Amino acid sequence: MKPTEMPTQGQTGGATRRPPPPPPGRQFDWREAVVPSLISLVSIVIVFGGLAWVITSAEQWPRIKLQFFNVDAMVAAFPRVLQGFWINMRIWLIVLACILFLGIVLAVVRSLRAPWFAPFRLMVILYIDLFRGLPVLLLVLLFGFGIPALNLPGMPSSSLFWGAVAMVLSYSAYVCEIYRSGIDAVHEGQWAAAKSLGLSEWQTMIYAILPQAVRNVLPAMMNIVVALQKDVALLSVIGVRDAVREAQIYTASTFNYSSLIVAAGLFLLATIPMARLADYVTHRDRKRRLQTGG
Amino acid sequence: MSVTRIQLKEVTKYFGDNLVLDQVDLSVAMHEVVCLIGASGSGKSTLLRCINRLVKADYGEIQLDGVSITDERFGKVGLHKRIGIVFQSYNLFPHLTVLDNLTLAPRRVHKKARKVAEAEALAQLERFGMGGFAKSYPEQLSGGQQQRVAFVRALMNKPDVLLLDEVTAALDPELVGEVLGIIKELKAQGMTMVIVTHEMGFARDVADRVCFLESGRILEEGDPQTMFSAPRDERTQAFLQRIVEAGRL
Repeated sequence: MKPTEMPTQGQTGGATRRPPPPPPGRQFDWREAVVPSLISLVSIVIVFGGLAWVITSAEQWPRIKLQFFNVDAMVAAFPRVLQGFWINMRIWLIVLACILFLGIVLAVVRSLRAPWFAPFRLMVILYIDLFRGLPVLLLVLLFGFGIPALNLPGMPSSSLFWGAVAMVLSYSAYVCEIYRSGIDAVHEGQWAAAKSLGLSEWQTMIYAILPQAVRNVLPAMMNIVVALQKDVALLSVIGVRDAVREAQIYTASTFNYSSLIVAAGLFLLATIPMARLADYVTHRDRKRRLQTGG
Repeated sequence: MSVTRIQLKEVTKYFGDNLVLDQVDLSVAMHEVVCLIGASGSGKSTLLRCINRLVKADYGEIQLDGVSITDERFGKVGLHKRIGIVFQSYNLFPHLTVLDNLTLAPRRVHKKARKVAEAEALAQLERFGMGGFAKSYPEQLSGGQQQRVAFVRALMNKPDVLLLDEVTAALDPELVGEVLGIIKELKAQGMTMVIVTHEMGFARDVADRVCFLESGRILEEGDPQTMFSAPRDERTQAFLQRIVEAGRL
């Protein structure tokens, strides 16, 4: 190496200091790469195959198959169940939107500290105690059958409407508490900074705290979304013709339960991707926290 | 003689049963830089926060230009327009870009048009050497850069007084200099400042007056030369001795 090529810094006594070469890259070892996956594959086949063999060789299996996994019955029930499931999905989205909105309003009211807010704070506390303490099914029955029976003038008399209202009221109580934990988790310094800039408590909440709170609770909220997706099926008890109801109708006329399996399959098709999405969001959130926390 | 900008009279503050500020008297003249020093828990941060009402004093009176800070004339936002504060942990809003951090108060509190507020913010960023970071988020910046943004945010309202609450305490040592540079520049421009700091060397350089707090009282105050070289009170001497031993002076 010519002297001109040498770095000018870090020289001691003119001697050439060179770092050692990078270590040789690790060779690709096919055994290391393939053998573990092969072992897991084989063990999966053995365990699941064994289970399948035990189940299908059971004496009662043909009867089970006929009752629950009857392909003809599934095909026959599918269009109606799918139609019902479409109703599930629509109710889910509308109810979800209402819950997320009502929950955030309740959480904000609960978190504002101005003294004239006290009666509203108290109302929210009572509301949460009440609706978190009651089974959703009871509320759905009470609202879905009870209120239409009153024939209130000027009010909708549909069971579907009032059942959905019951779900919104019940879930909002939980969602409110989730938002509130997110609001509480925002650092006190953010309140101080906003106040020192002259923002009112309300402005601080809207512009500084809530956006951070929502980001804080995203993982928890995703789980609520998945839970709600299934719980919409509770509305079937008040006669809403959702997937479960349609499957039940089919079962009632044929004494075959395959239609319920169809409904189950549809629910899984919807909830499993949502659950995976929830996992992903949680994972991303964790990474973000670790980054900013360091 | 100089005009008094901030006047504290017998300011007392309890946290629960704990006496944090004990009848503190302090006056700060226009263009004066006052450093509050003292051990942690001596009440200096609380004293600072009383001045812009982040903490409400239990007793006593605090005046800005001869008017009580609780006076209606300041209204809800008037006081915060006159007094800015910069915190130890920057407290930038992490979900907003640098530009949005700076324009939040001008737009929402002082009802300036977005364009006007953004133009002012960009000019201020430029002045503090942060022109290229308007669209960055706080977490993408170094601690020193975040603190510079926090200074710009506090200065957006063109306050008459700036309160600095240990603004270099969270910074890596090599980043402290850039923030101290800003403070010196502000002093050169005549900003009235009350500074809580652990940087004693800096306090000696920049302060017109140094106040030593212990147990919620101003035990001793004076010009920095006298305070650091010949403190009268033995508790001040002991405190400075500890600082010297820690290699911070």
